[in-house]
Amino acid sequence: MSATTASPQITAHRGERSRLSFGGVLRSEWTKLRSLRSTRWSLLVAFIAMAGLGPLIAAVTMAHWNSLSPVERATFNPIDRSLGGYRLAQLAIGVLGVMVISGEYTTGQIRSSLMAVPRRLPVLWAKLLVFSAVSFALMLIAALISFYASQAIFTQHHVNVTLGSPHVLRTFVGTLLFMTVTGVLCTGLGTIIRSTAGSISAYVGLMFVLPGISAILPSNISDAINPYLPSTAGTGIARPFPAAHAFSAWGGFALFCGYTVVTVVIAAYLLRRRDA
Amino acid sequence: MIEVKELSKHYGEKVAVSDLNFTVKPGVVTGFLGPNGAGKSTTMRLILGLDAPSHGSATVNGRPYREHDAPLHEVGAMLEARAIHTGRSGYNHLLSLAQTHGIGRARVQEVIDLVGLESVARKRVGSFSLGMGQRLGVAAALLGDPATVVLDEPANGLDPEGIRWIRNLLKGLAAEGRTVFLSSHLMSEMEQTAEHLIVIGKGQLIADTSVEQFVSQASAGAPVRVRTPDAARLSEALAGSGARVADADDGALEVSGLAAEQIGEIAAAQRVVLHELTPLQVSLEDAFMSITKDSVEYTQTAGTGVNS
Repeated sequence: MSATTASPQITAHRGERSRLSFGGVLRSEWTKLRSLRSTRWSLLVAFIAMAGLGPLIAAVTMAHWNSLSPVERATFNPIDRSLGGYRLAQLAIGVLGVMVISGEYTTGQIRSSLMAVPRRLPVLWAKLLVFSAVSFALMLIAALISFYASQAIFTQHHVNVTLGSPHVLRTFVGTLLFMTVTGVLCTGLGTIIRSTAGSISAYVGLMFVLPGISAILPSNISDAINPYLPSTAGTGIARPFPAAHAFSAWGGFALFCGYTVVTVVIAAYLLRRRDA
Repeated sequence: MIEVKELSKHYGEKVAVSDLNFTVKPGVVTGFLGPNGAGKSTTMRLILGLDAPSHGSATVNGRPYREHDAPLHEVGAMLEARAIHTGRSGYNHLLSLAQTHGIGRARVQEVIDLVGLESVARKRVGSFSLGMGQRLGVAAALLGDPATVVLDEPANGLDPEGIRWIRNLLKGLAAEGRTVFLSSHLMSEMEQTAEHLIVIGKGQLIADTSVEQFVSQASAGAPVRVRTPDAARLSEALAGSGARVADADDGALEVSGLAAEQIGEIAAAQRVVLHELTPLQVSLEDAFMSITKDSVEYTQTAGTGVNS
């Protein structure tokens, strides 16, 4: 830090007077996202999980193929095995989705952000757009790697499929959509709850704990509520075949999107109304 | 220009700001004084649209802050210095703010140079000292070359050289015709920087006046120092005219309740020789203390030091 007692350059040299625009807010959110270490780590974890878990499981399964039971071999699912990395990747995406906004609340950054964009809502929309685009693009690359690497390994025992095989393309796209919408849901939760720990707890509770609680209920109750659980509704589209006690793939996904929209609407209302 | 009209803010039962009315004019540095908890920060947050008023309004350059097309060009603000994500570099923090308004990278570098953070701008803000964080906050406030500058405790954490730097900077901004509004609890600092004062206590306006007037008002009842070889006789005469006379440590008398002129005339009438007759000027610090002493939220209680 050098001494600056000399007459300072306060006035900016600019031609046209710049102004606040949504494009500018998008660029700002991109800068914010890429300039944090936590972003890079979360996205790296999500990428490795999505790209690596499928081929790893594929390799292990092929190595043990001869010891699998005939039933296991007959029901072997090469789609799910190649894209199953989303089960771990979704957690990294969800946590990052929360931190995109909760990190601003816990550090006080939100006040700088809202002073620059005092109408507030553009900040939320820009965060959702930038984060969705980044996580979708990254997961698309990771899923392609995972799918083709796994299918190449499956050729050892000729159980491989292609993107053109039945259910494959829908499952592939569905996996990406589920993770992307999970990120949006989590940014909504982070905006409502504002603390990182609280928001991540809410996310984990909704997606991972609720199904566990449902599972210990009497089965007629459990079967009745199961389709409505966000996890069941959301992951249907990422499964090649529908689970028991679940809506159709797209029907469930529509419900999951509905939950997300409600969350984001509440988040937008609170962001606009609350003191920052 | 900042205009605050009938501004009130309650947080539940607690009244933070109550029916404030004042105007901050361009071209001078206006100081915003008040004890801790008086509502200074709340008022600034209300001006900047971070909190919504319970009643009344605050406008900047004629409009509520929120309604400007280019808010960063209207007002540059630093509230708490640490309204910054600690994981980001100072450069990227400023860049992200600049980008919302399409302000270029050249300007970002310019404000970094202006506040003297060239050497650390690429480091994470979490590693910054208090003073560096303060400078980064000032850089962010100046990013949009704003017509109005609002700073909450800008001198906090700065070393003496930094304090002189910010004082000159603020005076320079005002001289350019900008509106400069800053809060500080450092009264001595305010005395050297501000020309106009807005004083609040317990969320209410106490004074809206020039620094000079504020001091002279508070000095009205200030004592006069009198030095005389015949202290006993003069004391008696002064006390007879209704003055209170106290003995200062160095043998001088401190007389309250009479102006210097009256004391001189009484001394002349008594044929008492005076060696000194000085009306005591109250410093801004003392003026502030005496005017706000009724509205201090937390008063130290003298005594045991054991508090419940």
